[in-house]
Amino acid sequence: MEKRVVFRSGWLPWALLAPQAIVIAVFFFWPAGQALVQSLQQSDAFGTSVSWVGLENFQNLWNDETYLASFKTTAVFSILVAVCGISLALLLAVFADRVVRGATVYKTLLIWPYAVAPAVAGVLWLFMFSPSIGIVAYGLEAMGIDWNHLLNGGQAMTLVVAAAVWKQISYNFLFFLAGLASIPKSLIEAAAIDGARPWRRFWTIQFPLLTPTTFFLLVINMVYAFFDTFAIIDASTQGGPGKDTSILVYRVYYDGFKALDIGGSAAQSVVLMVIVVVLTVLQFKFVEKKVNY
Amino acid sequence: MVERRPTLGILAHVILILGVLVVALPVYITFVASTHTAQEVVQRPMPMLPGSHFIENYVAALQGGSHGAGSTAAVGRMMFVSLVSALIITFGKIAISLLSAFAIVYFRFRFRMFFFWAIFVTLMLPVEVRIGPTYKVVSDLGMLNSFAGLTIPLIASATATFLFRQFFLTVPEELVEAARIDGAGPMRFFKDILVPLSATSIAALFVIQFIYGWNQYLWPLLVTTNEDMYPVVYGIKRMIAGGDSQNEWNLVMATAMLAMIPPALVVMLMQKWFVKGLVDTEK
Amino acid sequence: MAAITLRKIIKRYGAGAKANQVIHGVDAEIADGEFVVIVGPSGCGKSTLLRMVAGLEEISGGEIAIGGRVVNDIEPSERDIAMVFQNYALYPHMTVFDNMAYGLKISKVPVAEIKARVDKAAAILQLAPYLARKPRELSGGQRQRVAMGRAIVRQPQVFLFDEPLSNLDAKLRAQTRIEIRKLHAELGVTSLFVTHDQVEAMTLAQRMIVMNAGRMEQFATPDEVYARPATTFVASFIGSPPMNLLTGHANGASFTLDGQTVPLPAPAPRNGELTLGLRPEHVVAGGSGGWPLKVELIEMLGAERLVHGQLGSHAFTLRMDGMLTPPAVGSTVQLQLSAQHLHWFDIATGARVEAT
Repeated sequence: MEKRVVFRSGWLPWALLAPQAIVIAVFFFWPAGQALVQSLQQSDAFGTSVSWVGLENFQNLWNDETYLASFKTTAVFSILVAVCGISLALLLAVFADRVVRGATVYKTLLIWPYAVAPAVAGVLWLFMFSPSIGIVAYGLEAMGIDWNHLLNGGQAMTLVVAAAVWKQISYNFLFFLAGLASIPKSLIEAAAIDGARPWRRFWTIQFPLLTPTTFFLLVINMVYAFFDTFAIIDASTQGGPGKDTSILVYRVYYDGFKALDIGGSAAQSVVLMVIVVVLTVLQFKFVEKKVNY
Repeated sequence: MVERRPTLGILAHVILILGVLVVALPVYITFVASTHTAQEVVQRPMPMLPGSHFIENYVAALQGGSHGAGSTAAVGRMMFVSLVSALIITFGKIAISLLSAFAIVYFRFRFRMFFFWAIFVTLMLPVEVRIGPTYKVVSDLGMLNSFAGLTIPLIASATATFLFRQFFLTVPEELVEAARIDGAGPMRFFKDILVPLSATSIAALFVIQFIYGWNQYLWPLLVTTNEDMYPVVYGIKRMIAGGDSQNEWNLVMATAMLAMIPPALVVMLMQKWFVKGLVDTEK
Repeated sequence: MAAITLRKIIKRYGAGAKANQVIHGVDAEIADGEFVVIVGPSGCGKSTLLRMVAGLEEISGGEIAIGGRVVNDIEPSERDIAMVFQNYALYPHMTVFDNMAYGLKISKVPVAEIKARVDKAAAILQLAPYLARKPRELSGGQRQRVAMGRAIVRQPQVFLFDEPLSNLDAKLRAQTRIEIRKLHAELGVTSLFVTHDQVEAMTLAQRMIVMNAGRMEQFATPDEVYARPATTFVASFIGSPPMNLLTGHANGASFTLDGQTVPLPAPAPRNGELTLGLRPEHVVAGGSGGWPLKVELIEMLGAERLVHGQLGSHAFTLRMDGMLTPPAVGSTVQLQLSAQHLHWFDIATGARVEAT
């Protein structure tokens, strides 16, 4: 889309763009370019000299079992977060859409967790599930489940998934509500007159028409799981036990700032960039398809 | 519609109430923990009802100087850092995005499309994928441990520019023509017509960006080493160190409650704009 | 097929002191197989009435019975009705075939039977080439026919139409009107058709319900509504150009209008203040000793001419044949009335007063 009527000025547009252009040049393109360059280099132990190693960093990643494991961990993590987050939110949205009394109250009470910082969410859930003092851990033990996420990788994964889903439900809920509201009421009425009861109306009319929203949320939730969850992990398990909850973005941080493997970390950054670009392109392709009624 | 399904109606409320409880439970537990003493909190099980040390704990947290094993920074100072950085990020982003979107939509100049795509690309890569080199740049510029370092790199992404661009494209052409006939130049048009029209979008973005800025974790983790410059969301994590019994969990929980309040307030008070902002930014 | 009974229907929004009543007691019996049109201006409650029959709105008072069964508490899906919506409400994610088959699948009609019914409806509505398309690939008129097809295949007791022609262009509207009449002649299903357009009402209805501000003003055949309107509202709503309504004082065979007394071809039903209604097509200009009309403006419409003027302080329109010479603008012509075409209405209630 273009504007037909524009202003003519030689210097003004440049002046207007300058602030953003400078910020993104200095803090985005330059570092991104650096990451690309560094991914092809390796520095020695003292950081004094740098040598070009071509794609060696990438090859090392490919051959590194723990890195590949990290891929798997990230995939498991993001799929769990996406699926749980979306299903629970859809369930809540469908019923919030149906109730007449108190709809606004429920809506307000269900969307505020969006405001909670991921780091804070991590701390809260850590506190609740702490094997020694956590109230939920205590409850689980009372039910016969031996809870210790510091030792058990699966339980650690459960903990971070739960914290991530808890935070994400509000976001998904809002989008599903908007999606449901955009379905014309007359379609529901027509289906009712055709003989469809509420359950059938949901599965044959509302759910199919929510497909664009669902796809959109799938991509967003996966991107969220890839990146915004760093804080949750750092606050609760620090990638542990071992590397059981070390998702890709956590590794980039760890390798770059703790293990000081600049080249490797940069290579990992590049891999992440590629993944994000692919996911974002997918997102735009699906979101661009608007359903016409 | 005529419906005689009382069970479905009751089920709806049951599920919604369950949902609200599950969502509220962690916060309730946090609140309860923040009102007891440290010893009460680490007993098993922790008491489920609020205790009597509310004022004491919150004052201690705000002033700092607790006896925990982790960081003992004053939460009051951390809240201040969070507030200032969140506001800088919010206003900064909105301001430069308004200007850039205006330039891209309402002017024709060489490299216009180049800038458009350059800005678009920044949408795709959040700070997490470029932490290493960005850190180096900030460090080289001497911006570590400063408000500038905490905020400017985060203004780089283009979500706001995109939102404003989308909105500007829907503004009727006739408004520009009328303004021109009335003798207004571009900046006049911008100030007197475009910005007021964008008020709702600005409000929506304010909510989203404020929360984004307030909840930052990874970036402050990297660029601050001085406790004085810790935002509260990062500061909380620093308070947990060592084994569970060595942390003053009651104060940690009080800090968590304090950290959650400003964004929650913004969301609840500006709910309408918040919803609009979410739904618009993702289109 | 079934009869529809409306008994003392009331519709109220809100409750207690803030309640807003929009339908004030409608009573009507619609016979089995009858095509009834509910017509009235925007906001008169006609769509609300239809939606109550459909079950899309709750009934605040009174009863609706379909085929002898009271349906107040019965969900739309159980009422055995079909409805054609103003915006068609086609399921966008399904093909035309699936749109029409949807209701049948739910009723567990066997697959072969579904195909037979859909094919038959498609043939009647000329939709056969479009069965595999999605609604967004069709034109407005085609979508409208799919909506009708979806209703037909269900073979319900009652058809409900909610202003289905409003979104079509004028030519398509006229065409579709005729198709609906033919369809009714062939299928004979009890039908309730809502419209704001009096031409649609007159041409489609076997009987029509004229509604105004939540009240049913008349329920009669088009002929009856035209020839003997029950109220001044019905008189001015049906017929174009609208009936002229003159308020004055009647005394036997004369009528005093703005101080001027003029003779009537037939005596008024009673003496006193009354409203006299005269259709533009039932008044002739010419001769002498009639009502003096000062001619102000003449509209030429081809087959007819509309002469607008003043009768005392009342605006008046008369219709004359296009081939006759019109009177000059500014001149005064004498209007001749006909005894059979005088309509009398009570001034206070607007209700028709019959000659004894």
